[in-house]
Parts: sequence; structure tokens; C-alpha cells
Amino acid sequence: MKKDFKIYWTLFTSTFYLSAFTFGGGFVIVPLMKKKFVDDLNWIEEKEMLDLTAISQSSPGAIAVNASILIGYRIAGFLGSLVSIIGTILPPLIILSIVSIFYTKFRDNAAINALLKGMQAGVAAVIADVVISLGNSVIKGKNFISAIVMIGAFIATYFFKVNVIYIILACGLIGAISAYFRKKSDRSTNIE
Amino acid sequence: MIYIKLFWSFFQIGLFSIGGGYAAIPLIQNQVVEQNKWLRMTEFVDLITIAEMTPGPIAINSSTFVGTRIAGVGGAIISTFGCVLPSLIIVLTLAYFYYKYNKLTVVQGILGGLRPAVVSLIASAGLGITILALWGDSAATFNLSDINPIAAGLFIISFIIMRKFKPNPILVMVGSGIAGLLFYI
Repeated sequence: MKKDFKIYWTLFTSTFYLSAFTFGGGFVIVPLMKKKFVDDLNWIEEKEMLDLTAISQSSPGAIAVNASILIGYRIAGFLGSLVSIIGTILPPLIILSIVSIFYTKFRDNAAINALLKGMQAGVAAVIADVVISLGNSVIKGKNFISAIVMIGAFIATYFFKVNVIYIILACGLIGAISAYFRKKSDRSTNIE
Repeated sequence: MIYIKLFWSFFQIGLFSIGGGYAAIPLIQNQVVEQNKWLRMTEFVDLITIAEMTPGPIAINSSTFVGTRIAGVGGAIISTFGCVLPSLIIVLTLAYFYYKYNKLTVVQGILGGLRPAVVSLIASAGLGITILALWGDSAATFNLSDINPIAAGLFIISFIIMRKFKPNPILVMVGSGIAGLLFYI
């Protein structure tokens, strides 16, 4: 029972921290979650983390919320997902309630703007670090199709601003087709 | 009943904002400004600015902001709950199928195709933030002379620290924020 409580508490504090430091929303939280749950706590494998990210991106709602629900569920079932969803929504709930009262003062405060601007550079560096690690492990896998998918998806999303839903559908289809042919060629070599 | 109205509006925002983040903005505008007239357009623009400056997803920030202004703390909680409920239901259903079928060859194949794509999506978001941090509002020009030297210095130092010492990323972000406070003012 004591151990259970510890898991829920770690889940709550981790999601609370991550949410409190995720500016701008969206994918920013994913590298931070990868650092926390894959590298520090060793609760989730790197591949599984990428799968969970794909599911959060394909579902409606905020990615940060969806990813927290998935991680909570993976670690401690339904109750875990409730704990991590509360951890994720509390920081914006508290901060926005306060800010909405003083919002013109907050918006024009030079110190707050300087602090946020400085943090932006730090956040960018953290994401760059995680992207390099993830990209390296795709390239080290020595799978030609994966490397092509990675480069193609980047060009499509960054330069051509293609809707993410189409990128996900296309890449899933490419994966399914290549798995089908790999299985077929495995079978024919077995027969020979 | 204002609570039911808030809940239902934000339930729809949560349900239809696929792709997260900026995809939610037009939906929020439609519900909050046009349909229910809870905010004027200028207040809505302020809301988006605040949502960008504070942590947390835009949809959650909007739920809290609108909920608080319309019906106090209770309104904020109801709106936020409405906003995350569709996610909770849909994501848990998908998670159930993922853990049940992720050993199948086809599913393995699909996931294998998605993983490198997800890396690219993160890279793309990261590059956007890096450019915003280094160039600020003149991001469109990419002139080397327009780079903010303080931001560039903070970025490079933070990056080297991350690669070499692998510290807790939050320490790097807070450190970088404090450095910003010292250098920008």
C-alpha cells in the first residue's frame, strides 16, 4: 500500500512539474516527458514513448493532456491516468486563475518578460538535445525506410506545413506496407 | 444554467481540437467570442497572449480564463473538466487497444512507420521555438545580424550543458530564465 502511494505521488509530482514548465504547449512537453519517464525513472521504453506520442497526437485535445493520460494509464491503470491528468491541469489552472485577475499588469511587466525570454532559449536547447538523441537512435537502427520517413515527415511538416493528421496517416500506411512485404520476403526465404 | 453551458462549450472544444495547440484557437474563438459572447475580440487576443506566456496547453488556459471570468473558480473547474473529458475517454480507449494489439505484425509495422515521423514532428516544433528564441519578432528575415546575442549565448550554453552533463532539464530552463532576468534588464 505504501509502495502504491509512492508511485501515485511520483506520477503526480512529475506531471505537475512538467506541466508547470511547458510553455507554448504542444510537442514541447514530449521531450521533457521522455527525459523524465524514459531516462530518469526508467518506467517506459524509448520506442513505447514514441508510440504513446503518436497516439496523443492522433487523438483530440491537447497533446500534453493526452500524453499524461497515457503515461498514467501505463504506469498505474485508470487511477494512474486520473492522478496524472490532475497533475497536468493543476499548474495552468492555478496560474491562469491568478493571472486572469492581474492580467494587464502581468502582460506589461518587464521582469516577467525578461524571465520568460530567457527561459525560451533554455527550452529550445532542451528540445534540441532530445531531438538529437532520438534522431541518432533512428539512424543507428540502420533501417533505410525509417530514415526516409523521418526526413520526409520533417520536410512536409516544417517547410510545407502539411496537416499533421495526414503525415501520421501516410507514415502509418508506409509502415504497414513495409511490414507486409518484409513478412512476405521472410516467408519466401523460409520456403527456399 | 451557466455551468452546463460552460461545460458543453469546452467539451466541444476538447473534442474537436485535433492536432492540439494552435488547432484549438479558431474553435475557442467560435465558442467563446461568436456563439456565447463571453469575451470580446480584444479580450480574446489578450487571452491568447497570456496563454503563450504561461505554461500549459492553450485549451486548458482558455477554459480557466473564461471559466473564472464568467463564473468564478467553480466555472474554471467545470470548464477545464469539460475540456479534458473527451481526451480522457478517447485516449483511454486507444490505449486499451494499443496494449492489446501492439504485438500484431501490422500494428508493429504502423508503429514502426510512425516513430520516425514523431521524431520529425518534435524536431519541427523545436526548430520553431529555437528560431523564435534567437530571432524574436524578426524571425522572417534570418539575417545573422538580427540574432539576439543574449538569447544565442543562453541557447548555446544550455545546449552544451544538456549534452555534456545531462542534468534535470528544469534546472537548465530555470537557470536560463534567471540569466535572462539579469541580462535583459
